[in-house]
Amino acid sequence: MCLAIPGKVVGVAEESGLRMGRVDFGGVVKRVCLDYVPDVVVGDYTIVHVGFALSKIDEAEALRTLEVFRQMGVLEDEFLDGEEAFARAALEPQSNCPDGSCTRETVKNAVN
Amino acid sequence: MKYLTEFRNGEIAQRIAREIHSVATRPWKIMEVCGGQTHSIIKNGIDQMLPAGIEMIHGPGCPVCVTPLELIDKALAIAAQPGLIFCSFGDMLRVPGTDADLFQIKGAGGDVRVVYSPLDAVDLAAKNPGKQVVFFGVGFETTAPANAMSVHVAKRRGLKNFSLLVSHVLVPPAIAAILESPGNKVQAFLLAGHVNSVMGYWEYPPVAEKYKIPLVVTGFEPLDLLDGIRRAVMQLEAGTHEVENAYERIVTFDGNQHAQKMLAEVFEVTDRAWRGIGVIPRSGWRLSEAYREFDAEDRFHITGIHTQESALCRAGDVLRGAIKPAECAAFGKECTPRHPLGATMVSSEGACAAYYNYGRFLSAEQLATAGSALTHA
Repeated sequence: MCLAIPGKVVGVAEESGLRMGRVDFGGVVKRVCLDYVPDVVVGDYTIVHVGFALSKIDEAEALRTLEVFRQMGVLEDEFLDGEEAFARAALEPQSNCPDGSCTRETVKNAVN
Repeated sequence: MKYLTEFRNGEIAQRIAREIHSVATRPWKIMEVCGGQTHSIIKNGIDQMLPAGIEMIHGPGCPVCVTPLELIDKALAIAAQPGLIFCSFGDMLRVPGTDADLFQIKGAGGDVRVVYSPLDAVDLAAKNPGKQVVFFGVGFETTAPANAMSVHVAKRRGLKNFSLLVSHVLVPPAIAAILESPGNKVQAFLLAGHVNSVMGYWEYPPVAEKYKIPLVVTGFEPLDLLDGIRRAVMQLEAGTHEVENAYERIVTFDGNQHAQKMLAEVFEVTDRAWRGIGVIPRSGWRLSEAYREFDAEDRFHITGIHTQESALCRAGDVLRGAIKPAECAAFGKECTPRHPLGATMVSSEGACAAYYNYGRFLSAEQLATAGSALTHA
């Protein structure tokens, strides 16, 4: 939850009054807000948490850390969004009702 | 497991572990604050590389874990409303409320979306002017700058249909609460490095001084954690109580001033209930007066929520370090990651879930023996 992942800034553009960048995390490119790191420019490495760059980091350190996080298997969780996140959650059920049978009615009632 | 073996047999890891063994003359109890660190310690078997008397106690730094059941139920009630888009990070999907979880709410027709950044939720609000868009803003100081910016931007863009269901918690008051709890056993803390990347560590010297306790800013990688433990043990043996930075490549004393300025504008300090612990005074952030109109709790007025925590669950004892997960009678029986009874099992970063997922079903004594055997093997 609190992991910040290092990546390389490969593009910067102004969007709705924010300084937004495209950051490459070893192949996965995400849209990242650079407002909190005004000195970071294209080519720099920065650590990013939930779409926000938090500080600049040395290139060698960034590449090494990224590799360690990749080997620890934490990168997928950090970048998953949209329907893929639901697909993953479906594979790893965690619920107050393990087989899903007990709450189906309650949930329907909650929605209706 | 290849990586684990490589890490443990690695020259640097072995050297740091040997140094810890050579300086440790007494038993010490050290708490790692952050759930990400707990996960890394258990996954990599770092606790088993330590001398038998050096015990790692797993702290309350898992934001998903400490979010009160009542707030989860509020989130579910809001997410189930028609004509509303409820946005969250993925780690909240399977956290059970009293009757359901967000995954099930979506299955039953609720519009629940997982976003990468809170700004994605703001964009959804702009694109769906006829719908309310709510973002579930949970987290420590690391996540807060992102959530603060989302509200700031929504206000600037005049988006009346965006709101934040906010439950931010803060590390320094939690440390104070643990140290002041009766029967506290923690003698040193590893601080959560990425929290300090935002906040720096200027808040901590008064804490170290007041409680005469070593605090070491520590990273998340296995070697960072070993080094943090080494520094904590060296301070404990020397009888010093400094704030030390073992994560210099990321953390500065001042932290990120731009982020801190935004946090001061958007949030104000408030009392917060921590699941498994109880209310800690001035231990969280809520939206400040200038941004209160974006508070989802005010906007949706969810009432009539009655929650009751499991009588079997001993998450509070685990969080205080009074017991190890396997010493709870419900661990791995009534309580599993699929069917969590309390705070420390609801997220993979919780101490009980980490122990369960990595097959730690042994008692503390058995663990200590196993750890000592492994290190000397």
